[in-house]
Amino acid sequence: MSRQQWARVTTLGRWLPWALTALIPLAFLAIFFVLPVFGLVSRGFHDGDTWTLSNVTAVLSSTRTWRIIRQTLLFAVSGTCCTVLLGVPGAYVLYRLRLPGQRVWRVMASVPFVLPSVVVGVAFKSLLAPNGLLGFLELDGSPVAIIAALVFFNYSVVVRTVGAFWAGLDVKQVEAARSLGASPFRAFTTVTLRALTPAIMSAAALVFLFCASAFGVVLVLGGSRYGTVETEIWYQTTALLNLPAAAALSIVQLVIVVVSLSLSNVARTHQERALRLAGRTTERSLTLTDVPALVVTVLTMGLLLVAPLATLLWRSLQTRNGFGFGNYALLATTANGSLSVSVWQAALNSLLTGAVAMLLAVTLGAAVSYLLSRRPTSIWGHALLRSLDSAFMLPLGVSAVTVGFGFLITLNRPPLDLRTSWVLIPIAQAIVALPLVVRTLLPTWRAIDPKLWEAAATLGATEGRILRTIDLPLLLRSLGLAVGFAFATSLGEFGATSFLSRPDRPTLPVVVYKLISRPGVDNLGMALAAAVVLALLTGVVMAVAELLSKGEESGW
Amino acid sequence: MKIRDYGKRVRSKLLTPGLVIVTALALNGCSTGNNPNDNPSSSTPTTLTVVTHGSFSLSEETKAAFEASTGIKVTYLSPADGGTLVSELILTKDAPLGDVVFGIDNTFAGRAIAAGVLQPYQSANLPVGIDAILADGIGSLTPIDYGDVCLNADIAWYEEHAQQLPATFEDLIDPAYSGQLVVTNPALSSPGLAFLSATVGAFGENGYLDFWRSLAANGMKVASSWTQAYTVEFSGSSGHGYYPLVLSYATSPMYEEDETGVSATVALPGMCFRQVEYAGIIAGAQNPEGAQKFIDFLLTQEVQETIPDEMYMAPVNPTATLPAAWSKYVSAVTTPINVPTATIAERRDAWIQAWTETVLG
Repeated sequence: MSRQQWARVTTLGRWLPWALTALIPLAFLAIFFVLPVFGLVSRGFHDGDTWTLSNVTAVLSSTRTWRIIRQTLLFAVSGTCCTVLLGVPGAYVLYRLRLPGQRVWRVMASVPFVLPSVVVGVAFKSLLAPNGLLGFLELDGSPVAIIAALVFFNYSVVVRTVGAFWAGLDVKQVEAARSLGASPFRAFTTVTLRALTPAIMSAAALVFLFCASAFGVVLVLGGSRYGTVETEIWYQTTALLNLPAAAALSIVQLVIVVVSLSLSNVARTHQERALRLAGRTTERSLTLTDVPALVVTVLTMGLLLVAPLATLLWRSLQTRNGFGFGNYALLATTANGSLSVSVWQAALNSLLTGAVAMLLAVTLGAAVSYLLSRRPTSIWGHALLRSLDSAFMLPLGVSAVTVGFGFLITLNRPPLDLRTSWVLIPIAQAIVALPLVVRTLLPTWRAIDPKLWEAAATLGATEGRILRTIDLPLLLRSLGLAVGFAFATSLGEFGATSFLSRPDRPTLPVVVYKLISRPGVDNLGMALAAAVVLALLTGVVMAVAELLSKGEESGW
Repeated sequence: MKIRDYGKRVRSKLLTPGLVIVTALALNGCSTGNNPNDNPSSSTPTTLTVVTHGSFSLSEETKAAFEASTGIKVTYLSPADGGTLVSELILTKDAPLGDVVFGIDNTFAGRAIAAGVLQPYQSANLPVGIDAILADGIGSLTPIDYGDVCLNADIAWYEEHAQQLPATFEDLIDPAYSGQLVVTNPALSSPGLAFLSATVGAFGENGYLDFWRSLAANGMKVASSWTQAYTVEFSGSSGHGYYPLVLSYATSPMYEEDETGVSATVALPGMCFRQVEYAGIIAGAQNPEGAQKFIDFLLTQEVQETIPDEMYMAPVNPTATLPAAWSKYVSAVTTPINVPTATIAERRDAWIQAWTETVLG
């Protein structure tokens, strides 16, 4: 073989793994997200005979549309700000301090994230109703109630993303700043906060997208007075079959995603650099300066997390014959035949589809975040990675209605006629979980000092060996978290799943929704008991993820 | 047309990497199959895909009986409820989701018929004397069951407050009944839309908005969904809410019965709207004969008699025997307010829009 030929082969050998790493996740995203959304949106530009812009521009020029967009942004911005302000102290208390029962609290904080909004609606409403525990606050149906629910859902996103990063942060820099005479506050703002900014920005971007596309809580708690882009798409598509409106609003959602991601990217790049990761937890005991953070966290968790969850638990124990576990006993039944399978069977279905979705999301997510963590030298490579980064975040901000309807009209011909197939459910769940996996892995991967790779490469280590000996040990903590999040998200996913639901294989959220839509003490009791089971399953999944990452870490 | 070609090109480009995933998934052991496209060559297809609303339910024995008697393997899909179900059928017109649909109701039947997504069929099993609930004259849809959307009252609350139960629409706007009623938003919930239709039936196109204006002024609460209204706001359910009057179904009191056979709630028979649920053959069905057999099957005496227990609805066959509890509650509704399907189809969106502006502002 000539030297040139050999060079070509080695170049190919070097590029092929990269190309595959990029192409497989991209193909997945293209087929199961871009194609369906493009399919539905393009119908909005077609009035039966010709292609036209007029329908869509008419929607975009109406005052109602803009009022809804304003309201959406208002909720999303205030929801994000509150979550971040309350979540950062929470991350500190739950990940940096040494406190009794800390693990339990960490797990507890992540439970709301997957609860079906219809159940959260019942819990919050019972709490805030005129005769409820917090009824005296008179918040029922107010925007404050909606924002509180948004914090309830997303608190764990900030706590965990920031916390996992914070826990691995080397304290030496802060100690150095302190020994040079900086006050604790100054050391925090100049050293810790700056180091945390990428993680905070990453979490904030996620929370913003979740808040901007919140559907159930806005409907339930807003008493249908507050429309958002998401509720409007649902209404225009399902009730009116007004596709131009749905198309226009989906485009608005895409714009919101792209703009918010660009802003968060700018803020992140500004702060981004390699950090010293300690690779092990540096927890410490409580001191007087920790009291404010502790108070904020205890109050937040007490009022916003424990109270609604306790209401849910308490109501699930109210049966036809008074207080007891009767509703849980009924979970082995099919509610007098009104369900196609027992609730336990549905829970098993959820675990199975959740596991498949988690495998998909973590595999693809690891590939994507590996790619995104590289630092290309050329400006084009840089721009390419940036747009790739945003592309994988798109599913978070786009309506489940758009994606669900899109599935129906695009994946409808062989070999991709998957509409009646069971695999589409874990795929739909993985699409939603994928961005979470990427967001969880990326900050840690980006924070690994490139000098470590360079040193290893100089010493002759292959790409695979570098990955195994340098990246993997540092990543394990985040990986456990990513697995937990992906699995938990898949367990609770209801939006796109409900479009594809098969009555013979319902998932737990589908069963909860079915039961809670029927009259009768038993049906409601079973629905709430099933929701508690869903919450417990999530708790167990997150606890296992936590233990796994902990175990690996001590071995390192 | 140009852009559609572009779409195809995109698809074929994506196909190669996509195939890898799809094949991988298939190898992963997904036991799905049952695709009506699997056997396009055989003259009598042996599979049938039934698309239903979320509340669809038949016992395993009933389902097995159909498969045994016809030799057809059935796949059930339940993608959505109400308007969403119809929207999905219309959007998938070019490549239908299945062969037969069950669960389109009379508030959305008109849209499905107008969009041409159904293939008319006159079942020999259709009972006579139910002309009032037929969707149209050519059998685009076949009525299978019905339920009355009625206001429900908390009996104990009215006894405690020594007040008569409201009986008419006029009572609801009487200040004596102020702050008692919770309804659902017709834009978001199907009982809400049924009740709005009932008020149009009772007051006419020119009067219903005035009625709603008075109702809103009389302290009516609007919830976004039936679940919220019934399980949280209503005082008569296990949620022990605040409002003693709720929009629900004629059958609901049956499920609030205690051990002694006394219900905590009662359906008010005077202001009911009859929701009829239809089945129909989807235009372009792979197995139209199987679809016909399935509709015939739903109308058999045996299946009709299981519908009350399975789906909480009354069978259309007047000779079907009802469960004992049913005669106690459901027969009370003798004169539901009737609004023609075609009228609803034509005016629904305008009513909802006017309602939203009037009530929610």
